Amino acid sequence: MLAALAPVLAFARPAIDWHALAPEIILTATICIVLLVDVSTSERNRWATSSIAGIGMLAALIPILTLAVKGGPRIMFGGAYVVDDFALVLKALFLVAGYVTLLLSTNEIAEGDFWEGEYYLLVLSSVFGMTVMASARDLITIFIALEMLSIPAYLLAGWRKREVKGNEAGMKYYLMGVFATAVMLYGMSLIYGGTNSTVLAEIGRQIHGSFGKEPVAALGIVFVLVGFAFKVSAVPFHNWAPDTYEGAPIPITAFLSVASKAAGFVAILQLVFLAFLGRGDVIRPLMWILAALTMTVGNLIALRQTNIVRLFAYSSVAQAGFMLAPLAVVGSSASTTREVLQAVVGYLLIYTVVNLGAFAVIIAVGRKTKSGEISSFGGLFEYAPGLAVAMGAFLFALAGIPPLVGWFAKFQVFKALVSQGGASGITMAVVVGVNSVIALYYYANIARTMFMDAPPDGDRTPIRVPVPLLAAMGMAAAATLVVGFIPGVVAHLAEHATFALGG
Amino acid sequence: MKDLLNGWGLTAATFLPLVGLAVMMLIPKAEETLHKVVALVTSLAVFAIGVALIATFDYDKTGNLQFVVDKKWIQLINSRYIVGLDGISLPLLALTVFIVPLVVIYSWNHFPEPNNPKAFLALILLLETGMVGSFVAQDLILFFVFFEIVLLPMYFMIGVWGGEQRQYAAIKFFLYTLFGSALMIVSILATYSLSPKINIDGHLVHTFDMRLLSTWAGGGLARTTGILVFGGFFMGFGIKVPMFPFHTWLPDAHTQAPTQGSVILAAVLLKLGTYGFVRIAIPIFPQAAKSWAPAIGILAVIGIIYGALGCLAQTDMKRLIAFSSVAHMGFVMLGIATLTPFGINAAIFGMVAHGLITGMLFFIAGSVKDRFHTLEIKRLGGLLIQAPHMGWLLGLACMASLGLPGLAGFWGEFPAILSSYSPAAGLSLPLFRTFMVVAAIGTILAAGYLLWLLQRVAFGTPTEEFADEHIHDMHLTDYIAWVPMVVMILVLGFYPNLIFRVTDGAVIHSLAGVTKLGG
Repeated sequence: MLAALAPVLAFARPAIDWHALAPEIILTATICIVLLVDVSTSERNRWATSSIAGIGMLAALIPILTLAVKGGPRIMFGGAYVVDDFALVLKALFLVAGYVTLLLSTNEIAEGDFWEGEYYLLVLSSVFGMTVMASARDLITIFIALEMLSIPAYLLAGWRKREVKGNEAGMKYYLMGVFATAVMLYGMSLIYGGTNSTVLAEIGRQIHGSFGKEPVAALGIVFVLVGFAFKVSAVPFHNWAPDTYEGAPIPITAFLSVASKAAGFVAILQLVFLAFLGRGDVIRPLMWILAALTMTVGNLIALRQTNIVRLFAYSSVAQAGFMLAPLAVVGSSASTTREVLQAVVGYLLIYTVVNLGAFAVIIAVGRKTKSGEISSFGGLFEYAPGLAVAMGAFLFALAGIPPLVGWFAKFQVFKALVSQGGASGITMAVVVGVNSVIALYYYANIARTMFMDAPPDGDRTPIRVPVPLLAAMGMAAAATLVVGFIPGVVAHLAEHATFALGG
Repeated sequence: MKDLLNGWGLTAATFLPLVGLAVMMLIPKAEETLHKVVALVTSLAVFAIGVALIATFDYDKTGNLQFVVDKKWIQLINSRYIVGLDGISLPLLALTVFIVPLVVIYSWNHFPEPNNPKAFLALILLLETGMVGSFVAQDLILFFVFFEIVLLPMYFMIGVWGGEQRQYAAIKFFLYTLFGSALMIVSILATYSLSPKINIDGHLVHTFDMRLLSTWAGGGLARTTGILVFGGFFMGFGIKVPMFPFHTWLPDAHTQAPTQGSVILAAVLLKLGTYGFVRIAIPIFPQAAKSWAPAIGILAVIGIIYGALGCLAQTDMKRLIAFSSVAHMGFVMLGIATLTPFGINAAIFGMVAHGLITGMLFFIAGSVKDRFHTLEIKRLGGLLIQAPHMGWLLGLACMASLGLPGLAGFWGEFPAILSSYSPAAGLSLPLFRTFMVVAAIGTILAAGYLLWLLQRVAFGTPTEEFADEHIHDMHLTDYIAWVPMVVMILVLGFYPNLIFRVTDGAVIHSLAGVTKLGG
């Protein structure tokens, strides 16, 4: 009997740092509680799941703060799971974005024809996958985190299950996502085949060494990055985004356009900075082309949109291009590489807050007008000046107009590009500049409709904004206005979000 | 008092309007009078601070920055909150704090449709923060932020309260300026990374500090690099001025903007562009400025002639004044292009004079529109009969605008023309003398279109259409708003030294880099 158990007992449990895993553990516990509450309460008490999910996400922020105070990277499982400052900053971002998504969802989901309990369960699972992603420093962990965050998102995208558009949204997102995953896995297998390791740090060493010179390394890198280019909806892998965004419930659209996109960027950053930097000569041109295409195509198509959600879909494609832009000069020198990381992380932080705020207004207005057309925003300033001003602030922040916070995001992108000093950086900076002007046109167009047009149906009854939405909007608006004057806060966070090289 | 001003004067002048704006946000929209009072009190308080600053300014050291505050702002990029006032900033700061209360007073019962004094006045206060901030900022990033702050309120002011084509004009204004700014920020960053690092608390870091960058003055920079970086600044500032091929946003913006918007745009916003050349582009890149000077000069004189010819072709009074702005800013840019202390002093005088005179013309145009509901020149006439006071003021403003000696406009144009007789060493003498001749022809054209305007609008008898209508002459608010401007136009006309004395030292200081280059 004991002899039979011997091999089991011989298994040495790897050291587990419970403190470092506390955010994930809290989220897991919350997921279980929501599941239990969902199955054991009656339909009309299901609203409780929303509150529980929200409390869980906020509770998960507490260990993140204590970890940040204690400092120092915590490396687990042979370097596959690392909790460093980068991971902490982004975990906090995902939790905040998830919490705001819940605020956006509460009334929308309770009043619509939706399953409530499962909805919050899936949002929580997706956020859980994102927090894992922020710490994943190993190809397999990254893959698991990606699936963990994507699969609930596929389901959520099709949550309006009785509508054809909803079905299309879920289906398209799922098929495209699976295809991207397949491409990515193929790339990963090529890299694993050459390096015999899945840990990013080790892969990084080998790519700097002899393996990096082999053509198959370049092929693997391109495949993996292309896989994530789907996730962040970079052109030419963006086709799923507009249909999915339009068909999904709007809170989920908001969630996909910020949190899910940010998770894709986190993976790209980890892969590029920890593993692939030795082949900067491959990454730079790839990213240059991807970034230039993404922002230009995204912006040009956005110009033609009449539906606000589709417009935001294309605008978020274009914004992804702005975030990819600094990667076009990554690895050209140590200081530039540091600036690139700061620029992308800073952009992610700012974009997330502002875009969520904009979606909060879209939801609030949509509750009254029941329309997704941009023209339905006409005259908003007359009957809901607060909403109009807030939306104006978010729009011009997205366009990067000082003193709203967005200027600093664009500024850091410019700074990273110019700091390289070469022609590719400067030309990219000019491309970013021209695209900022194009983007302003459609953002200002919405502002124009709100402030300068009359209400399309003459209906001037004020809009009643539910408290959770108001809270989300208020937080985003305050951050948009205040941080624009003291962008040092974002800069500070982004500066600290550097990697600890584990392994 | 002096200590308080040293530490807080400029900061207070910059941010007080925002405090007023915050107060207004707390007051319900229906309390219109209260909003007007808050806005007026705020702008008068800023004016009072401005007066105190001007009174305590040390006029023996106009070349030095005074009331300097230098604090940490965005540490990561070593961008600092640096504000200061010298002889170049002072006249423009004075112009700004002087104009804004007048605009608020003029607005008192002249709110353009769709009314809403709360939002309208809030935008004016926001504009004031941006304008004052731009003139006192001594850090490139800080300057950039203030420079951009003015875009949003002006966009809304034109787009919401403007004329029939307002939406088109507003977005055109916004897109044009943003395009320039996008290239300018690239140049700002290039300046940052090309300039030598400085030592701050033991760390070697790059800097955005304009004072240090002007001392560096592009030393050791490759010629082409300097020319390219200057090019970015040229686009940013040149579009704002606006210089000849980039001017097309201006007539639309001016024509469509409400009167108050036109006045602020003409009086102050355009000066942000010319100020940028004098404060930033030339001192930091004197070598490149020299390479660019002939091009700037050519565009300036084309602007003078083109603007004048444009005026002659206009049928709308406001659009005519807008085109005259293109011509007048051409004189300012010509003065700047000479790169001589004389020329740049003239340019700064030209900025202030143009601000007062064109502001005045737009005020009058606004009131004409208010009375006649049209600005079409051929439908107007006999203003001197129907509203004699307004007619005489229009005459005075036209005379000042065409550069009649004894009025402020003369001291902006005449020295600018004269200065191009002997531009800075190393610039082509024949070329600049040609500019001088062309610019002189421009003044004749200016006399032509302004007298033509005056003749058709003010002289003669009222057209049949309005012959029997009662036209109210000036209101009390008109008197309060316009009289100070008329006084300033006369005072500066008789005693131009009021400004030259202030600017001269600072201009010589800022041209140190150019002077050092020699031939």
